[in-house]
Amino acid sequence: MDTLIRKVEEKFMKKDIPDFKAGDTVRVYVKITELKEDPKTRKLVEKTRVQPFEGLVLERRGSGLSETFTVRRVTQGIGVERTFPIHSPFIEKIEVVRRGKVRKAKIFWIREKKGKKAKIKELRK
Amino acid sequence: MKALLAKKIGMTQIPYQDEICACTLLLVDNVYVLAHRTKEKDGYSALKLCMGKKKKNKIKKPLLGEFQKVFGERDYYPAEVIKEVRGEFDPQIFKIGEEIKPDIFQIGEKIDVSGYTKGRGFAGVMKRWDFGGGPDSHGSMSHRRPGSIGQTTDPGRVWKGKKMAGHYGNEKETVINLTVIYVDPENKIIGVKGSVPGPKGGVVVVRSAKRYEVKVK
Repeated sequence: MDTLIRKVEEKFMKKDIPDFKAGDTVRVYVKITELKEDPKTRKLVEKTRVQPFEGLVLERRGSGLSETFTVRRVTQGIGVERTFPIHSPFIEKIEVVRRGKVRKAKIFWIREKKGKKAKIKELRK
Repeated sequence: MKALLAKKIGMTQIPYQDEICACTLLLVDNVYVLAHRTKEKDGYSALKLCMGKKKKNKIKKPLLGEFQKVFGERDYYPAEVIKEVRGEFDPQIFKIGEEIKPDIFQIGEKIDVSGYTKGRGFAGVMKRWDFGGGPDSHGSMSHRRPGSIGQTTDPGRVWKGKKMAGHYGNEKETVINLTVIYVDPENKIIGVKGSVPGPKGGVVVVRSAKRYEVKVK
């Protein structure tokens, strides 16, 4: 039974997802559809644009098609966290900007840290 | 009108129309048309369907005769589940003895799914009727009890139909106007938006939505 579910899920799964984990900095290109007025016809038209969201990956959770990941970004002193389904059709692509050196799979502790303590060293091989 | 039998596989999430939807997967494996019921002959119209795989010597003889008439001589017959679905069915599309494939339904079509809900045995009033129960602490000894069940000397009895503890679940339930969001003839699977009664492996009847109206703005 479960193998059948996996078979179906595989059809919807993306194959070009880069390998990333908690501590890495990624840029997520999110597709946004909004209603906009067309200057010529003055009618509301659905328009799709792509907005990048860059930040630190806090966790990856779940498995298969319903796997999600959380990205944290601090803008103007306010932390913003967004959780995306990894195989979502709204994500155009995911780019790994920087690899971080962390010891945990989930790095929620970073929420309470400020300044230098909130920095993650880059992974060097 | 279209109908088929299926087994519930389980649930997942799949993208459909710019959304990620909860989806129940149903396995449509070895489903055949066994007979047609007609108004002239039987007094009502329905489609008799059968599903599964059963060894010839495991089938009772009167039933085996019916299967042999339709399918001829075989080692296995689809005699695990036999069900009638009421409604008008075109005998040109549903030919007797032919397999029903999941792709008789298209993506976006509205369907009704009925099955038997999970049995919960003898259930208390909180599980069965969503009663509040009593306080957990402060000396309370009435934790999951129903409380009062009536008045006093007048009427001097308990009203008929009073909600009480008892057997819950394992009842036939139909979920109407679900949407087909995935059809996979290769793996014999259809995906339905939302949930469907019964446990994994439970048998469900899928038919075209009876009471669906397209709302025009």
